[in-house]
Amino acid sequence: MPTNAPTAAPALTDVTASDAALRRFLHGLPGVDAVGLEARAATLGTRSIKTTAKAYAIDLAISMVDLTTLEGADTPGKVRALGAKAVRPDPTDRTAPATAAVCVYPDMVAVAKEAVAGSDVKVASVATAFPAGRAALDVKLADVRDAVAAGADEVDMVIDRGAFLAGRYMKVYDEIVAVRETCGTAARLKVIFETGELSTYDNIRRASWLGMLAGADFIKTSTGKVAVNATPANTLLMLEAVRDFRAQTGVQVGVKPAGGIRTSKDAIKFLVLVNETAGEDWLDNHWFRFGASSLLNDLLMQRQKLATGRYSGPDYVTVD
Amino acid sequence: MASAFEYAPAPESRSVVDIAPSYGLFIDGEFTEAADGRVFKTVSPSTEEVLSEIAQAGEADVDRAVKAARRAFGTWSALPGAERAKYLFRIARIIQERSRELAVLETLDNGKPIRETRDADLPLVAAHFFYYAGWADKLDHAGFGSAPKPLGVAGQVIPWNFPLLMLAWKIAPALATGNTVVLKPAETTPLSALFFADVCRQAGLPRGVVNILPGYGDTGAALVAHPDVNKVAFTGSTAVGKAIAKTVAGTRKKLTLELGGKGANIVFDDAPIDQAVEGIVNGIFFNQGQVCCAGSRLLVQESIQEELLDSLKRRLSTLRLGDPLDKNTDIGAINSEEQLTRITSLVEQGEAEGAERWSPACELPDAGYWFAPTLFTNVTQAHTVARDEIFGPVLSVLTFRTPDEAVAKANNTPYGLSAGVWTEKGSRILAVANKLRAGVVWSNTFNKFDPTSPFGGYKESGFGREGGRHGLEAYLDV
Repeated sequence: MPTNAPTAAPALTDVTASDAALRRFLHGLPGVDAVGLEARAATLGTRSIKTTAKAYAIDLAISMVDLTTLEGADTPGKVRALGAKAVRPDPTDRTAPATAAVCVYPDMVAVAKEAVAGSDVKVASVATAFPAGRAALDVKLADVRDAVAAGADEVDMVIDRGAFLAGRYMKVYDEIVAVRETCGTAARLKVIFETGELSTYDNIRRASWLGMLAGADFIKTSTGKVAVNATPANTLLMLEAVRDFRAQTGVQVGVKPAGGIRTSKDAIKFLVLVNETAGEDWLDNHWFRFGASSLLNDLLMQRQKLATGRYSGPDYVTVD
Repeated sequence: MASAFEYAPAPESRSVVDIAPSYGLFIDGEFTEAADGRVFKTVSPSTEEVLSEIAQAGEADVDRAVKAARRAFGTWSALPGAERAKYLFRIARIIQERSRELAVLETLDNGKPIRETRDADLPLVAAHFFYYAGWADKLDHAGFGSAPKPLGVAGQVIPWNFPLLMLAWKIAPALATGNTVVLKPAETTPLSALFFADVCRQAGLPRGVVNILPGYGDTGAALVAHPDVNKVAFTGSTAVGKAIAKTVAGTRKKLTLELGGKGANIVFDDAPIDQAVEGIVNGIFFNQGQVCCAGSRLLVQESIQEELLDSLKRRLSTLRLGDPLDKNTDIGAINSEEQLTRITSLVEQGEAEGAERWSPACELPDAGYWFAPTLFTNVTQAHTVARDEIFGPVLSVLTFRTPDEAVAKANNTPYGLSAGVWTEKGSRILAVANKLRAGVVWSNTFNKFDPTSPFGGYKESGFGREGGRHGLEAYLDV
C-alpha cells in the first residue's frame, strides 16, 4: 500500500505551470460522447452476476462502504452506533466484513475515532465547508486542520464549483493543493466534484484530471446533498480518468461514487464497471469506495439470503 | 483481499425452447415434407450438436409455394390496409411475447451471444413489424402516388447472420404493402424462420400469405428463377447477388440486393476516444463480425494511432468469448465450419502479405467453431485484408493524415454499405459524411439500427433500400 505522501504527477508538472497552461491541458483532453458513455454504462449493467461471484461482490461491496452520517442532527450517540455497525455490520454473522470507514462531520471525528478504535475501520471527515464549499480558503483549511487533529484518516473535500464553472481552474487547483498539504501524511484526501452541478461529462473529465494533478488520493462524485449524485455513467467516466492517469503518470488514484446507491444490485453494477474499466487493481477498498448510508443494510440482507436461501427483512439487520 | 472478480457462469435456460426432431416446409399454412423427401441437418455452431432435421425444398416445392402465394395474393392484397395492419400488429405482439424463446432459439442455431439476440435482434424484429404495421393503412400518403399497388409474389432469400431480423426486414414491408411471400432462410439457420411460420399460424394469418422454404443455394436459385415471382429480394454475398442479377435480368421482376461490405470506421484525432473504442468494438465484433455493414476497416488519424490502439487492445482483452447462452458472453461462435475456414484462410493471407496480427489472450472452446477477436496493424490499401470482406471478427487498421486522405481511402473499395465518422467537431462530421460513398454513415456511433431508417448500399454492396418509408418502395408498383 502506498503512503499518504502528497503525490505530485511528475510527467505532467508543466501543465500546472500557469493558468493558461492548465486550461489548455484540460480542454485538450479527449471529449466525452454522452450517448456512447451512457450506452456503455448500461451495457455493463446487464452483466449477470450469480452465485459465487455474487457472494464475492457483496462482501467486497460491504468492505468498500463509507458508512455515512452527515446530518445537522448528528449526536455522539448516533455516531457511536454508526461506528459499532461499521466494525461489526451483522451482529448475527461475524463473517461479514467490516466497512471501509465511517464518514462524519469534523466535530464528530473524535467520537467516531473512539467508536472504531481497535479495528481497521477508518474515520473519514467531510471538511472544507461541506457541502457547499462556499467559505474562504483559511476557513476551509481550519476545518481540515480540525478534522486531522481529531484523528481523521481521510478528508473528503468539496471543490469550489463556482470557480470551476467560471473557468478559474488554477484557483480550484491551488485550493486542492493547499488542502492536500494540510492533510499532510496523516490523512488521505478525497476530492468531491459534485458532478450534478458540473453538469456536463466533459466538465467531469476535466475536474477528474484537475483533482488528480493537484494530488487527490481519491476522486469522488458528489456530496449526496444534491438531486443528481453518483450514476453509472459518471462513475465510469471517472474510472476511465484514473486508469488513464495511472497509465500516464504511474500514480494510482481511488474513486468514490457517493449518493443514490441503495441496493446490492446497483452496487454490483458499479463493481462490474470497476472490474471492466479500471481493472482489478481497483477492486479493493483502498482504491474504491461507496459513499452510502442505506446501501449497507441491503447488502447485508442479500448476504443473509445467500447464506440461508431465504429473505429475512429489515428487522433482521440493525437500523444503524 | 480475495482474487479477481470472476463472473460465475450465468447460462440462459434452454428449456424455454422446444425444438422438434424434424421440421417440414411451410407451404399454404401447413408444414409438409419436401416432394422428393430430401432433408438436411442444422447444428449448433457452439457445440456442433445436431438440433433438428429440416426438409429441403426442391423445385417442385418452390412451385407449390409460389402457387400458394399467388392464390393468397388475390385476397390478401384486396384487404383494406387497416386489416393487414391488424395481422402485422398481432405478429409483432406475439414476437414480443415469445421473445425469450426466439432469442434462445436464435442463439442455439446461429451461435451469436444471447446478449445480442435478447437485447438487439428480438427487439428490432418486433419493432420492424410494428413499424410496417403502422404503414399498412397509410400507403396513399407514403409519397408513391395516390393508391400504390403491391407487386404480387415476393421471393426472398436471407442470410444466416441475422436470421430472424433479416426475415423481419423482408416480410414486414412485403405484407404491409399487400404482397405475399415465399422466403428461403439460410441452410445453417432455418429454425427461427420455421418458428416464425408458427407465429403466423398463431396470428391467424391467411394461408399462403407467408411460405417458408428451407434449403441450400439451389432452392434459392429455383425461387429466384420461378416465372411467377414478381419481386426478388436478396441479402447475402456479392457473388450470389451478381448471379441473381443475371437470372433476373430481362424479366419483369423487381430486384433489390443487399450485399457485402467493407465499412470504414474513421477516427479523427479529436474524437471521444473512449466512446470511439466502444464503437470500433461494436462495429467489428458485434455478431463476431458477421455483419455486412461491419466497420472492418479502422481508419485512424496517425497522430493518435498509438493511443487508440493501446486503448483498443486493452478493451479487447476484456471481451468474454465462450458459451453464447451465457448472459455474460460478448463473443460467440462462428456460424459454420465453412465460414470459419474462410476467415482462417483470409487471416493467414493477411499475415503472409505482411500485416501484423494481434489477438488478446483468450481460450477457445474445444467443440464448435471459434475465432478469437483479431486486429491487423501495418495494413495498407493493397492488402487483401483491407479489400476483401472477411465476415468475421477481424479488424484491419489503416492510418491517414488529413480528412481528404481519410475520405479517399474510405471510398477506395468496391463496396459502399456503411461507414463511421468519429470526431467532436460537428462541421467535420457533416463534411466528411457527405463525401462518403456509403448507404449508412454513422457519426460517433456504429451498428445502430432502427426500422424508420433506410438501409442499403452503393456499388457492389447492392441497390434498393430496406427500412423506413424508402423500404416500401421495393414492394410497390411505383
